[in-house]
Amino acid sequence: MSDEDDEIILSELPDDELVQQMFDDLYDGLKDEIEEGVTILLDRGWEPYRILTEALVGGMTIVGNDFRDGILFVPEVLLAANAMKGGMAILKPLLIETGAPQVGKMVIGTVKGDIHDIGKNLVGMMMEGAGFEVVDLGINNDVDKYLGALDTEKPDILGMSALLTTTMPYMKVVIDTMVERGIRDDYIVLVGGAPLNEEFGKAIGADAYCRDAAVAVETAKEFVARRHNRPAAG
Amino acid sequence: MSDALTALLTNRDWLLADGATGTNLFNAGLSSGDAPEFWNEDHPDRIRDLYRGSVDAGSDIFLTNTFGANRARLKLHDAGHRAAELSRMGAELGREVADAAGRPVVVAGSMGPTGEIMEPMGPLSHDQAVEIFHEQAEGLKAGGADVLWVETISAPEEMKAAAEAARLAGMPWVITMSFDTAGRTMMGTAAPEMTRLVGRLPHPPVAYGANCGVGASDLVRTVLGFGEGAGPLVAKGNAGIPKYVDGHIHYDGTPDLMADYALLARDAGARIIGGCCGTTPAHLEKMRAALETVPKGAPPALEEIAAKLGGFSSEGDGIAAKTSDRPRRRRRSTA
Repeated sequence: MSDEDDEIILSELPDDELVQQMFDDLYDGLKDEIEEGVTILLDRGWEPYRILTEALVGGMTIVGNDFRDGILFVPEVLLAANAMKGGMAILKPLLIETGAPQVGKMVIGTVKGDIHDIGKNLVGMMMEGAGFEVVDLGINNDVDKYLGALDTEKPDILGMSALLTTTMPYMKVVIDTMVERGIRDDYIVLVGGAPLNEEFGKAIGADAYCRDAAVAVETAKEFVARRHNRPAAG
Repeated sequence: MSDALTALLTNRDWLLADGATGTNLFNAGLSSGDAPEFWNEDHPDRIRDLYRGSVDAGSDIFLTNTFGANRARLKLHDAGHRAAELSRMGAELGREVADAAGRPVVVAGSMGPTGEIMEPMGPLSHDQAVEIFHEQAEGLKAGGADVLWVETISAPEEMKAAAEAARLAGMPWVITMSFDTAGRTMMGTAAPEMTRLVGRLPHPPVAYGANCGVGASDLVRTVLGFGEGAGPLVAKGNAGIPKYVDGHIHYDGTPDLMADYALLARDAGARIIGGCCGTTPAHLEKMRAALETVPKGAPPALEEIAAKLGGFSSEGDGIAAKTSDRPRRRRRSTA
């Protein structure tokens, strides 16, 4: 298979092939190559927003789909997300500078008593991969921390994660407090974590349960689109 | 030298392990988000009741209330430095209850995951993980645990670190992984892979298998996946799927369903059978009765498992590696 050993020179590829190669490099978690690809496209005059959506988001969608379908698992997705992050680090200041459109904003964190942040990190990275702005509150968040962040960050979405049966009921504590304060409907509330399911999400009053990071991204997009279509006077 | 678990396995065809810890402690008044391990000190009576609930229902083995009693987890509650102490307390209470049982009952010192991602994907090094597990293992040993019971693991690296810790503590051990993602662990380990990995460990466990994950049906499918001649195998499946009812988590698996599960798990090759989340003493009693009255049968077909326990969470069992159907360009070497 001498073909496979041929060195791929990214800068010699035409745009469309380069983007395809970047999809593969994201899939393989090759951070240096992604950074190089982003830089080349910038040099060729691509708008930062176009690089984000066509090259990076496009590539991460493939990763997300294969994760959803049980083809890729957490280690591969972490590597891909890390490569994506490399590209984003270059694009982020340029996106802000050029006033590129924002898909939406999410505050995310693992609930009180729960140290697990693997799933939450994956969701955060995939959401960033889909162009969302993500504010990560980390692990072990109580009601006050969640509500404080909603107040200061004004996100579209609140994401809560729990990996333990001993911590998942705490999501309801947060949602109930939001209801008490009359702010529940100001946000899209998404929940996730290994022991959860759709019925649980509904029962505690979340907008949706997301089975994995790929589903979280799809669900977030759908809900944000619905919100944007809502009449302002609603 | 034979440990208490090996001795029981030598004399018996199957052993009944215990059920849930979290579910039962919630029923006893634990608040969501609080560390259950503090109760080893603050409410020893409730922890004794938890253990006794399993023993009275017929369990041959029960797990200590020390799942999260490691430094990495307890630091959330500003108690990282108390890992060994809280582990010891949990085991001491267990020893008390087991010694009063009037029959051989194994005290299994529960050790849950660190909750951190190991190198090279994450920040936790092998040596750090070994240290965290070893500290807890020494606490459990000091408290009189018969075996260490490492559970809900998803990364092979973490399993290796736990094996090393058990060796350092000079303790027999058991390990179960959680197969919750399309038939594999979150980190992508399938059942046959676990059999291979366990076979290569320098300080092999007394038994290994699966716990938690999705529902009882998935777990039995996983047990089938460990392969013929594997074992001794452990099956600790959830009592169905969690639902939220009247402010409490309720698992929808009935005692009768768990009795069916216990029989299917044994037919699939498990010798140590218990429950995980949602499994109460009422479930354990039915499981014990079923195991005692129904003889072991042939390994069940997947259709039979689904018919009796409900459908699977994923189509495949995760054993065959799936590949993307997207045409790839030239794959690069990542070396």
